[in-house]
Amino acid sequence: MNDLFTVTVTVNGTQYERTVEPRLLLSDFLRHELGLTGTHVGCEHGVCGACTVLFDGAPVRSCLMFAVQANGHEILTVEGLGTMDDLHPLQEAFREAHGVQCGFCTPGFLMSLVPFLEENPDPTEEEIREAISGNLCRCTGYQHIVDAVQLAAEKMRT
Amino acid sequence: MAKKYVGQRMTRTEDPRLLTGQALFVDDVDLPDMLHAAFLRSDHAHARLKSIDVSAARERPGVVAVYTAEDMGDIWQPGPPLVSPPPTVEDIVFHSRTQVPLVKDKVRLAGEPLAVVIAESRYIAEDALDDIAVDLEPLGAVVDLEKALEPDAPVIHDDLDSNLAAHLVQQKGDYAAAREKADLVIKRRILIDRGTAAAMENRGIVAHWDEKSQHLTLWDTTQAPIPVRNGLAGMFGLSPTQVRVIAPFVGGGFGPKIMMFYPEEVCLTWATMKVGRPIKWIEDRRENFYATNQERGQVHDAELALTRDGRILGLRDDFIHDTGAYDPYGLTVPLNTQCHVLGPYEIPSFYSDLKMVFTNRPIVSPLRGAGRPQGVYVIERLLDIASKELGIDRVEIRKRNFLPPDVFPYDNQIIDQAFVPLVYDSGNYLPILEKAAAMIGYDKFVKEEQPRLRAEGRHVGIGIVCFIETTGIGPYEGARVTVETSGKISVATGVGTQGQGHFTSFAQIVADQLGVSPRDVRLVTGDTAEFHWGTGTFASRGAVVAGNAVHAAASSVRAKVLKLASKVLEVPEEELELEDGQVRVADAPQQSISLGELAVLANPLRGAVEPGTEPGLESTDYFGPKYGATASGAHAMILEVDPETMLVEIKRYVLVEDCGTMLNPLIVEGQLQGGVGMGIGSSYYEQLIYDENGQLLNASFADYLVPTASEVPRVEIAHLETPSPLNPLGTKGVGEGGCLPVPCLFAQTLEDALADYNIEVLETPMSPNKLFELLEAARGAGRET
Repeated sequence: MNDLFTVTVTVNGTQYERTVEPRLLLSDFLRHELGLTGTHVGCEHGVCGACTVLFDGAPVRSCLMFAVQANGHEILTVEGLGTMDDLHPLQEAFREAHGVQCGFCTPGFLMSLVPFLEENPDPTEEEIREAISGNLCRCTGYQHIVDAVQLAAEKMRT
Repeated sequence: MAKKYVGQRMTRTEDPRLLTGQALFVDDVDLPDMLHAAFLRSDHAHARLKSIDVSAARERPGVVAVYTAEDMGDIWQPGPPLVSPPPTVEDIVFHSRTQVPLVKDKVRLAGEPLAVVIAESRYIAEDALDDIAVDLEPLGAVVDLEKALEPDAPVIHDDLDSNLAAHLVQQKGDYAAAREKADLVIKRRILIDRGTAAAMENRGIVAHWDEKSQHLTLWDTTQAPIPVRNGLAGMFGLSPTQVRVIAPFVGGGFGPKIMMFYPEEVCLTWATMKVGRPIKWIEDRRENFYATNQERGQVHDAELALTRDGRILGLRDDFIHDTGAYDPYGLTVPLNTQCHVLGPYEIPSFYSDLKMVFTNRPIVSPLRGAGRPQGVYVIERLLDIASKELGIDRVEIRKRNFLPPDVFPYDNQIIDQAFVPLVYDSGNYLPILEKAAAMIGYDKFVKEEQPRLRAEGRHVGIGIVCFIETTGIGPYEGARVTVETSGKISVATGVGTQGQGHFTSFAQIVADQLGVSPRDVRLVTGDTAEFHWGTGTFASRGAVVAGNAVHAAASSVRAKVLKLASKVLEVPEEELELEDGQVRVADAPQQSISLGELAVLANPLRGAVEPGTEPGLESTDYFGPKYGATASGAHAMILEVDPETMLVEIKRYVLVEDCGTMLNPLIVEGQLQGGVGMGIGSSYYEQLIYDENGQLLNASFADYLVPTASEVPRVEIAHLETPSPLNPLGTKGVGEGGCLPVPCLFAQTLEDALADYNIEVLETPMSPNKLFELLEAARGAGRET
């Protein structure tokens, strides 16, 4: 049997303690150990970005990390961004601009965009496209996602 | 009754759930005592299975069971054909060979499943795959379409003489005579190769057999839950009422998520019944490249016969279509190709010899476009070449051949994929092309801007193409609409949803009929317990067929509401109107009753329901169109190429689409933009590369290049509408239209951008590598000017 390690991690402001195998991926930990299934797994090789979460405020691909690496750290997932009755301006903007179709890539985009908009509160279209070029979407063709980001930036500036 | 909601750009009702990570996808399903499956897959594309030993795997701690084909006993059988050959085409040759749950004697594609491991976790299940000892005797692999038909080619299905899966000829008029009369005959070979849907969500299944209640529940990323339910019930000797298939939120479909059955669907069902616990299998991305269906391999030898002023006299298209290792989907994809080669044009004579071949590659089934893009590619390329050789402008030559707007319904005199005559129901092609040309500034660009840019040494090209698209085919769909005592409306339909916004667009239809807000309409799709008659989401038919079924059911409920309200309010029906969830007397709005109160009155706890009526305010209705509805469009773009790096930049992209009445223009535009994105991928960035052993060389997103926001431009969209006369809403499908003409547009525009090299692009997907080779050949031949 593999050794087990205790992981203590704060996710969306709540502290969790679990005992896990060292090879357990962070994405699987969040989804199946903690039941936070909003973070999605699209490729498990670090290209599609659907699994993006914030790790101490920085966007990471949770499919390329192990849960044990999160020990002692803070994670923000899409569940921590807003609720159905109280959407984050970014989530509102995605809705208004029709930036969501199947919704599978969406949490990854949102979590990549949160730190981006913090650093770039007034981005150009070109800057937005570059910022999201690490997230794949197969449904939207990206145009309405770009519109959503511009709309969100506007909302968040006022 | 005014159309208040249909046609509105409403935001989607389902979005908050998706945006906050609260939507249920198959991998989110978590049941008590759930086990996990992993499949051992063949590394060889063509091989005999000599032996397989799973005993060591069974010993591994945490492994509950390991099964092979032998273990499955009598249940093991090749799947049913999903689509049979068209009974309406004469002299057809068709060999139906379908996929198996687990390999028993012969492997026919790399990735075909050999065994399934059921374990406490996916990690342990995958560990156990390494414990399985397999002896495979490799056979020569068949990968090239033409080599597949050579006499010494290895035969993939041993009981057949060759790898010919099907052969049929369709024709009209007299092509040989047309060819004789023609002033110009263009003949070219066109090569088209495979891509994959690469939906962001891979496939997945949770199968749960409950022994005590004798009930099977399957969560499945399928686009067609009802056929899967009926098929599994039949296969396992259950009543369909014992089987529930749920397609919850699905992360993109695009076609390949329809099969009856994928091997995993059969294996998981069988295994859950054996083991007595729920079992989950989630495909990983690498598996998706092998285990999920793909599309688009064809070789065309095509000929266009024209007069010197560019009028088409005849078209001949002989082609070979790759169906992969098995052909459960029949001739659907190549028939679409054969039909769409005719385009929006008047083509008096036509001859097409279609051969379908087996290869040692994954199964081919529809992938967005479903064979249509290939047909569009052939005709548009031939017209472009004719335009050059005759010295007639590209836009002009198309105009000269358009079917005029007074010929509809137009019978093309060949059979389409739905086994009925290919009839275009309505359309008006000239304004579409002219609008697209105007939007991109075609004349000004060709006459003024392009010469100026070329003088600066830049390679900027402009392209413009057009197409028709058959959509909205039968057989039928159904819907049930119910007014609840709360006053809210619930709707159920059998199609599934993979991002098309059915929850909103269908609610808009109901809202107009019943005078409620679309936000008060709760829609369920893709759950056979809620609705179990129908086929599925494919072929751009959801809005047309399910949408019109929803409309029919909502209209029936409206009639019931009016009848009952008229009795209750003691006012003739003609004086009543439905608005804001109330039934009101038009001239005396204080005389009203709410829909919820009416629903209570319609289901009395005392007193009887009158003979010939039903309790409640509910109706189930169906819609089954005789023909599909014909959408059409034109796309144009301006693109710059760097002839040293071969990188391209799309400067502008415009499209004009006619999808009849739009239910929700916001959703329509999303579909078109997404379609163009996939089209761009399949034109220049995506191709599945197989070697001569049938090995896929680029089975990951690192090497199979799905376009990002850097590659897909802003798309300017305009709409023209010729409502379909075939359905009350006048809708036509639009799910696939965005991607149909993109490869041929890319070809034309690349040629135009590199006009000084005088290349011909006759292959798709293109790529920087292939473009480099074309330019090198042109430089070598001294063709560069």
